[in-house]
Amino acid sequence: MPDAEILSAPLVLEYPFSRTVGPVQSAFLTGLREGLVLGVRTSDGRVLCPPVEYDPVTSDELTELVEVGDTGAVTTWSWEPSPRPNQPLDHPFAWALVRLDGADTALLHAVDAGAPERIATGSRVRIRWAAERAGAITDIACFEPADGTEGQ
Amino acid sequence: MTDVVLPEALRDVEPVRSIRTPARLEYSFTAGEATSRFLRGIADKRILGERCPECGKVMLPPRGSCPTDGLATSEQVELADRGIVTTFCVVNVKFSGSAMELPYVCASVLPDGGDMGLFGLVQEIPFDQIRMGMRVEAVWVDDDELAPNLSSIKWWRPTGEPDAPYESYREHV
Repeated sequence: MPDAEILSAPLVLEYPFSRTVGPVQSAFLTGLREGLVLGVRTSDGRVLCPPVEYDPVTSDELTELVEVGDTGAVTTWSWEPSPRPNQPLDHPFAWALVRLDGADTALLHAVDAGAPERIATGSRVRIRWAAERAGAITDIACFEPADGTEGQ
Repeated sequence: MTDVVLPEALRDVEPVRSIRTPARLEYSFTAGEATSRFLRGIADKRILGERCPECGKVMLPPRGSCPTDGLATSEQVELADRGIVTTFCVVNVKFSGSAMELPYVCASVLPDGGDMGLFGLVQEIPFDQIRMGMRVEAVWVDDDELAPNLSSIKWWRPTGEPDAPYESYREHV
């Protein structure tokens, strides 16, 4: 039987999940909506960003949320040469772990570096905020190079 | 909820309480030869099964082979657009995107002459009167809306015939 007689059609499976976020993620996401990034302070004085609900060393509940900077340094990265639909950028970019100034841990996000030659471990980057913010990680549109800014 | 200590700037704003995390998978479904034949029949208001040359059972919707004997089906069989509710479920939960009024009933309908059930809705009867063994017939969409997919059967409705005895469909539940 010729192929022309075989039927095919788009088939989309979609699960419209939503979930509650708890007190710490709530604070983090509310901060993003308001244009600032929060970390959480641990008993030994470190600041974890993104914040977590429990201290990874002592298991104590963590409650003190503190603002960190909107600039930081790339701690590691990987180039994305062919972005897929719904990724943060529609042109090639870097996935990177970014340690924001004032934080002791790093956040995974996209860096709009333009070319892999323009990013390295230690590169300074700055948040590019989304035009409209709704309380989600996508409120950070991406990071962009911020050469010349000082780290902490 | 645990009390957290927030920076000044966030103390008087409405907190984010939940996030949407939809999962979406986009496929291109290719029906294959046998199912394409079946779907073209549906667009013509015909239910076409295919028979296994070994066990004689009529597969529906046909996939081109018999899952028991592993042989290609050898004969196309036109089935009635009426049959038996073999099993069903009362749906009480609204799905997003569904316009169905709750509660409603999804059923497996075994068309006369077939050996596998088709999933469909049962309507035109109160949900709590629907039962196993009930005789039903297909209600097709208007002719200008017929298409090669199962939406061409709007739902199944009771025929008023006596219920089928359990023994007649016990292998199909």
